[in-house]
Amino acid sequence: MDVLNALVLLMNYVIIPATSYGAQLALGGLGVTLVYGILRFSNFAHGDTMAFGTTITILVTWWFQSMGVNFGVLPTALLALPFGIAATAALVLLTDRGVYRFYRKKRVAPVFMVIVSTGVMFVMNGLTRFIIGVGDQNFADGARFLVTASQFKAWSGLEEGLAIRVTTALTIATALVVVAALFWFLRTTRTGKSMRAFSDNEDLALLSGISPDKVVRVTWLLVGALATIAGVLYGLDKSFKPFNYFQLLLPIFAAAVVGGLGNPLGAIAGGFVVAFSEVTVTYAWKKVLSYLLPPGLVPGGLVQLLSTDYKFAVSFAILVVVLLFRPTGLFNGKSL
Amino acid sequence: MRRRNLALFAGLALMLVLVGQLQSWNLALQIFNMGLISAIMALGLNIQWGYAGLFNAGLSGFAGLGGLAVVLVATPFDPGAWHAGGWRIALALGLGAAALLAAMRLWGRMPPGPARNAALLALLIGSFFVYRWIFDGGARAVEAINPSVSGSIGGLGLPVLLAWPIGGLLAAAAAWLVGKTALGLRSDYLAIATLGIAEIVLSVMRNEDWLARGVKNVIGLPRPVPYEIDLQRSASFLAFTARWGIDPQTASSIAVKLCYSLLFIVVLMALLWLSERAKHSPWGRMMRAIRDNEVAAEAMGKDIKRRHLHIFVLGTAVIGIAGAMMTTLDGQLTPNSFQPLRFTFLIWVMVIVGGSGNNWGSVLGAFLIWFLWVEVEPAGSWLMRILAEPLPDGAAKSHLIDSAEQMRYLIMGIVLLLVLRFSPRGLIPDQ
Repeated sequence: MDVLNALVLLMNYVIIPATSYGAQLALGGLGVTLVYGILRFSNFAHGDTMAFGTTITILVTWWFQSMGVNFGVLPTALLALPFGIAATAALVLLTDRGVYRFYRKKRVAPVFMVIVSTGVMFVMNGLTRFIIGVGDQNFADGARFLVTASQFKAWSGLEEGLAIRVTTALTIATALVVVAALFWFLRTTRTGKSMRAFSDNEDLALLSGISPDKVVRVTWLLVGALATIAGVLYGLDKSFKPFNYFQLLLPIFAAAVVGGLGNPLGAIAGGFVVAFSEVTVTYAWKKVLSYLLPPGLVPGGLVQLLSTDYKFAVSFAILVVVLLFRPTGLFNGKSL
Repeated sequence: MRRRNLALFAGLALMLVLVGQLQSWNLALQIFNMGLISAIMALGLNIQWGYAGLFNAGLSGFAGLGGLAVVLVATPFDPGAWHAGGWRIALALGLGAAALLAAMRLWGRMPPGPARNAALLALLIGSFFVYRWIFDGGARAVEAINPSVSGSIGGLGLPVLLAWPIGGLLAAAAAWLVGKTALGLRSDYLAIATLGIAEIVLSVMRNEDWLARGVKNVIGLPRPVPYEIDLQRSASFLAFTARWGIDPQTASSIAVKLCYSLLFIVVLMALLWLSERAKHSPWGRMMRAIRDNEVAAEAMGKDIKRRHLHIFVLGTAVIGIAGAMMTTLDGQLTPNSFQPLRFTFLIWVMVIVGGSGNNWGSVLGAFLIWFLWVEVEPAGSWLMRILAEPLPDGAAKSHLIDSAEQMRYLIMGIVLLLVLRFSPRGLIPDQ
């Protein structure tokens, strides 16, 4: 019984939150890694792209709510998501046309592109602040729980409850669908294959008649969609605050680098590696241990390795370890 | 070319004079002082980016370390805190460092294999628990001492001016650690690693209350210049203001700001002179050769990773000095104020707009962009008021007027993108 209690406790506070956070990071990391693989630079504007997409989705959600449209138990934001994706895709395509394309044609060094992307970051950040302000916005509605802790306790007869929030389930389900669709697209469609060819060897891809403009356009469309979905899921799960999205840049980069920049499968694995390390290191293990150990051995402290305020330090530590020992990442991304 | 540069600086001076006349001299001097500090930060970044092409995205953290140095050097020595737990914290930190060093030695000495991994893991985990056991008690004891006003280990009680070079050293030490790991890899990895270290430095400053009170902030830091209130009480100062017919209150605050300006100008000029000398020395030519063609420079026998590490540490030291100066000017350390957009990416805009690689360009860019950053807000809300005038009163109108203050981010982004596109070498291009 005690083992079961410990397991449920672990599920409730470590495994489920880490899975949903990992899925959000994986979606964010996929966007970063696609830009890196096809356009060959680290996109510092990605966090603010996510914030912009979420902002538009929130506005449309409010509009739907004011008209009384809702999605039953699911959050209304899901209905508004296509609008957010369309607006973000339009914005990133415009940005590419107006900003990045010029430098791509000139073939500037990747680090120069990073600086250009910080300019784009400023603009997108300003747009987001201008449209919705800097405050916290909560836009989740619909049912809150799939399973509440008390329901679970009554059903199982355990001391510990297991709560599954709708947003958590939604995050995991959406991430699965999106990732499956993305991989299907990259592996089987003609455009997807040409994107992979372009990422592997640009010169050979150009020689075999692949249109670079089309590849870049499709990439930005995908990046806009991924960024918006990741941003909305994160916002539903936690809350929306533009500055937090900027801060997400670090774990997202860590996820992409850990898996190997430019490698989509790596970004997903990296997202979960970062999320699970973050949650396990900052979780207070005392209660779990109190179920597992005999009473005399239970430690007095919280058994929390790091305070939750240091969750960024965890992404950073993982990043440094990977950079030191395996710079191409776990899944052999691009190096140099 | 020279005349054009002089004209640019003159134009900048004219704008400041206009602010002095139209708004207030206090504000003009405030902009000038922060401009001087921004110029020093931009100088540090220019050494890294302009001389060597290194991307540093962690300026906010390094400036924060400079600010931390002010608290640790200049606040009064607190024997009580040291007695209560300071020595335990110091012991724990020393132990942690020793454990890391031992782990590195172990990794190098033992043959690769499961035995090495197991030994390393055992050493790290074991020492972590010992470290936390010693550290936690000490930190708790220090934080318990009168937490509403104190609750930190205090400082060394040394003159505040000494904190500036020490801030530089502190930042340089952090830069050395980051550079050791991230330099020599792809160029964007340094950007990501510095972004991370800045985030960590700032979260340590926010959360370790024993160090510098965390988000409770340290206020009333010692000053290198006289206090306004003392000036207002001094007979000679009052006689001076009476002779010129100025209000003593305004005069005292202007006098204090002028003192700061003088100090900052001395530091800026010294650093500018040093950077110019370095740039035109054989060392500077070598750095430019490395920046322009790493392969060729390596073939000539230059140790690129080592050179990059040097320049990264040097540039960061300058940024740390600027951070210490800014905290001194503010008279308080507020870890929450070191926002990356304001302290990292705004400095980037300054360097790019001024002209990468050119030290005078960085100074000009710093003043210009800082001026814009301050003045865009009132100008933006004035403009927005006029534009929104024909709209009917209501939510939309008030939203537009309220969000005008957010315009500065948009404007800065557009300025950066326009300069990058149409004049990538900046206002004062490097030869």
